[in-house]
Amino acid sequence: MELNNETLLDIHRRMVRIRTFETEAGRLAEAGKIPGALHLYVGQEAVASGIMSHLSNEDWITSTHRGHGHLIAKGGEFGKMFAELFGRATGYCKGKGGSMHISNMELGMLGANGIVGAGPPIAVGAAFSIKYRNTQNVAVTFFGDGASNEGSFHEAANMAALYKLPMLFVCENNGYGEYTPQANHQAIVDVADRAAGYGMPGVVVDGMDAVAVYEAADAAIERAKAGDGPSLLECKTYRFFDHVGVRGMGLSYRTDEELAEWQKRDPIHMFESRLAELDVLTKDAAVKVHEKVLADVQAGIEFAESSPMPDPATLLEDVYA
Amino acid sequence: MADERELTYIGAVAEASRTVLLEQENAFIAGEDVAGAGGVFGSYRGILDEFGDQRIVDTPISEEGIIGLGVGAAATGLRPIVDIMFMDFMGECMDEIANQMAKMRYMFGGSASLPITVITMSGGGINMAAQHSQSLEAWICHLPGLKVVAPATPYDVKGLIISASRDDNPVFVVLNKLSLRNRGHVPEESYTVPLGEAKVVREGSDVSIVTYSRMVGESLTAANTLSENGIEAEVLDLRSLQPMDTDAIVESVKKTQRVVVVHEAVRFGGLGGEIAAQIQEDAFDYLDAPVARVGAPFSPVPFSPVLEQAYIPNAGRIVTEVNELLNAA
Repeated sequence: MELNNETLLDIHRRMVRIRTFETEAGRLAEAGKIPGALHLYVGQEAVASGIMSHLSNEDWITSTHRGHGHLIAKGGEFGKMFAELFGRATGYCKGKGGSMHISNMELGMLGANGIVGAGPPIAVGAAFSIKYRNTQNVAVTFFGDGASNEGSFHEAANMAALYKLPMLFVCENNGYGEYTPQANHQAIVDVADRAAGYGMPGVVVDGMDAVAVYEAADAAIERAKAGDGPSLLECKTYRFFDHVGVRGMGLSYRTDEELAEWQKRDPIHMFESRLAELDVLTKDAAVKVHEKVLADVQAGIEFAESSPMPDPATLLEDVYA
Repeated sequence: MADERELTYIGAVAEASRTVLLEQENAFIAGEDVAGAGGVFGSYRGILDEFGDQRIVDTPISEEGIIGLGVGAAATGLRPIVDIMFMDFMGECMDEIANQMAKMRYMFGGSASLPITVITMSGGGINMAAQHSQSLEAWICHLPGLKVVAPATPYDVKGLIISASRDDNPVFVVLNKLSLRNRGHVPEESYTVPLGEAKVVREGSDVSIVTYSRMVGESLTAANTLSENGIEAEVLDLRSLQPMDTDAIVESVKKTQRVVVVHEAVRFGGLGGEIAAQIQEDAFDYLDAPVARVGAPFSPVPFSPVLEQAYIPNAGRIVTEVNELLNAA
């Protein structure tokens, strides 16, 4: 797919939508308005946006515990998302899933997932389904550096390569498996190296650069649709907020200096500078995008807040078909 | 019945699988050694030749991957039959079973359907020792979102697999290894045995034996022995364990006032405890004696044939338990 101006603006809009939603969600969580745990995607927006701008609703994704960004980039509506985070009946999962299981089948989003590494085997099934029906679609599984140590990832990688499934393994290496730095949880620097063990290409991508992500995905999707099998894209990125919530538990597992270094490479700021240089989007026009998205987010919050709680009588619905 | 056609228990698996693939174009089979080898027990013999390698797929030895393949394929519109060779291997895939397959529909607010049939093998008696002989059905019956059946006869094997394949929920078909060569009447045409319906396989008035899977046969043998001494046992084959036909259990208890629950699984924490609890909740006033249970002792399944025979419940143990129950009352 050609990276034209329209696509650049599309990627930008997806990133801003994620950033704004997550920032407001974090604020609401700290204000005690959202029950449970939130794993926020701020800092990693270039990955979901660069990949998802290639995909349609007929392409399937599996996500992670840090899943809001994937659903937003896949077309998720703010109102139904906030409603789910608030546990309302109007949420994407009728309040039964919450942040960690937010999903929408119509958008091809097979769920955020509370179990690290559980997504890749499910994406193998979705890719098998695509191949079985012989449509020109792909399945994409997002997972982290931490999940790349789970057996499920390895079983899925082997099976996807064996069956030459139309699939992308997208590792969002944010440097930490929860609170443990990568160097303390695996002996390799590049998760992409693991691809070779399964007979698929593995590439390292600058995960703060949406164009780099977009272009790497383009090649991998072309390969997948040609019947040549899966690829592993390792996107090096960083989590600006904590593992859980915004400031998390105040643990001293990483330094403020490290965070500041990565924030200099904020994926949205870098992308906006680039769009300005290319005369695709002026700074003023970018501000207008942010304002419009913020208004949409606020409308989404209002929708969620004014939505009814689930009727306790629905407790046992949806256990079985 | 005019049609007295017979098949083995395992032959019924193959015939049911073939029927499902013929009836449902989105159905496929995946598992270890299922295609080229036709299944290590012969469950899928002939399927590859008839349907080709798109409809029956050999997988790596990757149980978590296999169940994940089933979950993802089912959620996106196919109707997989996945084979987990021995149910002892559920430890390798329990996350995809317990946290994904069982819960996806609920977590997604009902938007996902997971029409998956999982075919697996339970039970001892063929000297396969502690990791290939277990009866772990209690693990999966405890998980809301799953259905579980455990057929005792070739007829029920075929009918329950076809029912499972038509159901829009994940259904585990727990087969029994020592029953594989058992023969019984199986109609050639397609038919279903409803999920969730028990069956009285022997009428009796003195005691109810509530059981499933291979222990149905042992219970019938026990009932014949008891009958020689004037005790008429009713044998109830549960067939489905989740959902369980509690009404049928209660009805039988009301008739006999005494009940022994029999399963091959370890007694402690086995389904017998749940069944006993349900009986005391729903039929306490009808009981003339405490609910008795026969199950395996609290030990791994041993290897040596002598030890294994001492381990697995059998007709003799059931007779003893019934006699003790009747003498105590």
